Amino acid sequence: MNIDTLRYMADQIARNFATMEQGDAVAATAEHITLFWDPRMKATIVASDRAALSPIAAAAVDMLAAQPAPAALQP
Amino acid sequence: MGYEPQADFGTPEAHSETQVTLRIDGRGVTVPLGTSVMRAAALAGGSIPKLCATDNVAAFGSCRLCLVEVDGIRGTPASCTTPVAEGMVVHTQTPRLEKLRRGVMELYISDHPLDCLTCSANNDCELQDAAAQVGLRDVRYGYQGDNHLGLPTDSSNPYFDFDPSKCIVCSRCVRACEEVQGTFALTIDGRGFASTVSAGQSADDFLSSECVSCGACVQACPTATLSEKTIREIGKPERSVVTTCGYCGVGCTFRAEMRGEQLVRMVPWKDGKANHGHSCVKGRFAWGYANHKDRITTPMIRESIDQPWREVSWDEALAFTAERLNAIRAESGPGALGGITSSRCTNEETFLVQKLVRAGFGSNNVDTCARVCHSPTGYGLKTTFGTSAGTQDFDSVRDADVILVIGANPTDAHPVFGSAMKRRIREGAKLIVIDPRRIDLVRSPHVRAAHHLALQPGTNVAVLTAMAHVIVTEGLADEAFIRERCDLDEYQDWARFVSDPRHSPETLEAVTRVPAGELRAAARLYATGGNSAIYYGLGVTEHSQGSSTVMAIANLAMATGNIGRSGVGVNPLRGQNNVQGSCDMGSFPHELSGYRHISDTATRQVFEKDWGVVLDPEPGLRIPNMLDAAIDGSFRAIYIQGEDILQSDPDTKHVAAGLAAMDCVIVHDLFLNETANYAHVFLPGSTFLEKTGTFTNAERRIQMVRKVMEPANGPNGQGMADWEVTQALANAMGLGWTYTDTGEVMDEIARLTPSFAGVSHARLDADGSLQWPVNDAAPNGTPIVHQDGFVRGKGKFVVTEYIPTDEKTGPRFPLLLTTGRILSQYNVGAQTRRTANTVWHGEDVLEMHPTDAENRGLSHGDWVRLASRKGETTLRLDVTDRVAPGVVYTTFHHPETQANVVTTEFSDWATNCPEYKVTAVQVTPSNGPSDWQADYAELSRRARRVVHAEPAA
Repeated sequence: MNIDTLRYMADQIARNFATMEQGDAVAATAEHITLFWDPRMKATIVASDRAALSPIAAAAVDMLAAQPAPAALQP
Repeated sequence: MGYEPQADFGTPEAHSETQVTLRIDGRGVTVPLGTSVMRAAALAGGSIPKLCATDNVAAFGSCRLCLVEVDGIRGTPASCTTPVAEGMVVHTQTPRLEKLRRGVMELYISDHPLDCLTCSANNDCELQDAAAQVGLRDVRYGYQGDNHLGLPTDSSNPYFDFDPSKCIVCSRCVRACEEVQGTFALTIDGRGFASTVSAGQSADDFLSSECVSCGACVQACPTATLSEKTIREIGKPERSVVTTCGYCGVGCTFRAEMRGEQLVRMVPWKDGKANHGHSCVKGRFAWGYANHKDRITTPMIRESIDQPWREVSWDEALAFTAERLNAIRAESGPGALGGITSSRCTNEETFLVQKLVRAGFGSNNVDTCARVCHSPTGYGLKTTFGTSAGTQDFDSVRDADVILVIGANPTDAHPVFGSAMKRRIREGAKLIVIDPRRIDLVRSPHVRAAHHLALQPGTNVAVLTAMAHVIVTEGLADEAFIRERCDLDEYQDWARFVSDPRHSPETLEAVTRVPAGELRAAARLYATGGNSAIYYGLGVTEHSQGSSTVMAIANLAMATGNIGRSGVGVNPLRGQNNVQGSCDMGSFPHELSGYRHISDTATRQVFEKDWGVVLDPEPGLRIPNMLDAAIDGSFRAIYIQGEDILQSDPDTKHVAAGLAAMDCVIVHDLFLNETANYAHVFLPGSTFLEKTGTFTNAERRIQMVRKVMEPANGPNGQGMADWEVTQALANAMGLGWTYTDTGEVMDEIARLTPSFAGVSHARLDADGSLQWPVNDAAPNGTPIVHQDGFVRGKGKFVVTEYIPTDEKTGPRFPLLLTTGRILSQYNVGAQTRRTANTVWHGEDVLEMHPTDAENRGLSHGDWVRLASRKGETTLRLDVTDRVAPGVVYTTFHHPETQANVVTTEFSDWATNCPEYKVTAVQVTPSNGPSDWQADYAELSRRARRVVHAEPAA
């Protein structure tokens, strides 16, 4: 998956939660990605460089990285 | 059902709880107060002769045929204009009445052609019936006097003729145009003997007049004066089937009137709870695409998209498809496969496609075209209220005092509901329109918006927050409602946020370009004008902040207590006939039917047990993600039922690249649409006339779609409805499905979906329609939700910070493009472009303000180049002050224009719903098609080559 697209999406989500307290915004961003992103999208952003993300999005991706990865789909 | 016209009670139903008992011709009858004597007689089984009365317009009392005698009342009053009274004694047939009626009929017939046997209305004519009822045997005046018999027929409308020589000037057509449709295109011109029905001004014919071809006048006409061309060409129908329209989300009920296998006409059904006997030009007349020569009725396959199509048998097509899908799955895993359900297909068909993807393909990569229209509605209303749907039924508008329309154009895109809305406005409801463009509702006959906030595209959230600022800071919030029904802490957070001076209309005026005074007045009206109802469309959702705007709308409704009763609410106007249903049926990659998240183990287990499979607990790819993953190589096969993503989705070049990268694109459609240029398999589809199932309209109303004719995609009744094709594909993949009809599918939906628990085809046949939720708590359905409390418990106020879109104007692209629809065309135009509706709209045009046109040296009708950073196209210019300076507008109905070459990849933050409504563009003179248009025309020509199968020996 194109990492630039995913970064843009993650930052856009984070920006829309940015009015919350920092911790809540991070949790809301992480939850949103958990609920709506396909595993390959999550895996790609988790594997990517956080420095290119906004602080809230970066923290949210860290949070995702700490969760157990979803089992890969078997053919 | 045979062919008998629907009963006409002469005058509209009266709504009163007080009952009145009277005697008509000796028989007792009890009716609501306010009922006419004519209607009471009809309800009692009688039939008073009438000509100028019909029950969808108010009584007029002009034909003098319906006279009655009433004990104690002098003279012979017209029964249509005489209300019933307690103890009234009415006589409908006396020697005096006989004589009077016969005299009236003699006058009518003395100026009417006696060509009944060759008349298109023969045996279906109220004048003929009335002559029979009054016993007309002779016309004492003869036929030699002055008359209107030689007047020429106006055939300008493509669907109906106006033959004034047969007109009796009852004015039913004029009144239907006014009262039912609200267009006021017709009038009675002249006086006395010179009176004639006239469309528009004296120089106009029907086509050049303001007539919108809704058919209300044709429906109202008691003679052959206004009649469908198809009736003249084919003859009187012999049978009829009640079904649901396949166009927009209003969900009008129609009677399909047939002769043999030929559809003669579609007549709006008066008992339809969404349309109450009204229709628009699309549903009423634009069904000719069903038999259009472009329709593909044979399956086709090809190894690669540079080859011509090869016509094959169903068996070969399905085996080829299943083999490819199974091979890709074996190589790349289930995540490489996906599907798109259709908002034009039935609930049952949509349910089966998502079942095929989840249970057959083994992935959750299923999405639907709601992704590109109302996915933010699902997210926004679920978050705030707890239900991903509108709160009201359409009839609720009858109780509205203030109607706020934002980002919707009901008179074009939802015409029948637009008429209901206009009727309520004529009765006195106030209208607020928030739209960058001056839509017809802002100013049309007898309708004036109290406030039109012509905002800068992309600033919906700022405008709504400014309105909230006014409501909270001026103390107009309904605190009692908020305390009782909503989470108070969240309200207080939100109230603090909106009260900040940076959200005042005065501060935000620089961004929104809405005059602060006008915005304040609109906010006060919404908060204090009585019952206030919000209606919105894709001008809300198709933005970077689509979901935020939906939540901002919900905030406003909660803050003013406008939720939970008739006349108020938050009402998304759904674009396609079954977009609500496709969402309900689990078409989104993250949720199963009834909006339950795929990660919810208990829900998943219910499906796993029923289907005998293990489901993936992770959400799948959404349409734009599928295209990205295809370019990336990890998504390789897609089954697309009834959807043309190449034309309808944004950033055409990106869509084309995604499709071109896939190894197996299966298009299941009526026509070789634009997406099919990139397909390997074409499975011929069936129209809504060829299948049985259900559609769910914008008011959550589930209605039956009934098969009117056999599917055209197979000979001698061997054709398959779309659900049968999906089942055949599933079985070719070895899934062993055994549905024998769609009633079984609905039973499965009801079994697995709590909000549909009480729905079955038998229930729908008996009740006509049901609005979900239909369950033990609401066995007869739910016209208005959140009445006693929000579905989620407490209503949730969500802080919606205005975040400007990243699509910015600048020196290279200084204008903002917004896109939309027009009355006569529907979505990508696959259906309507294949009908005579093209006389109203044969090409997409670009609307531009005169100032912007003058600055560029452009004139009305010029060819112009429309360019964004994404691409360019050419089209003709329409110079108009409908749009504000700096804003241009076009439609996306024609693939030759392909407006989506220009639109961008930006999308809603929460749902990826594309930002169709804001694109920075430049417009310059042009002398020919863009390179893209030329290349695409050549690609389409090559991609549509077909090698026809040899006829069987």
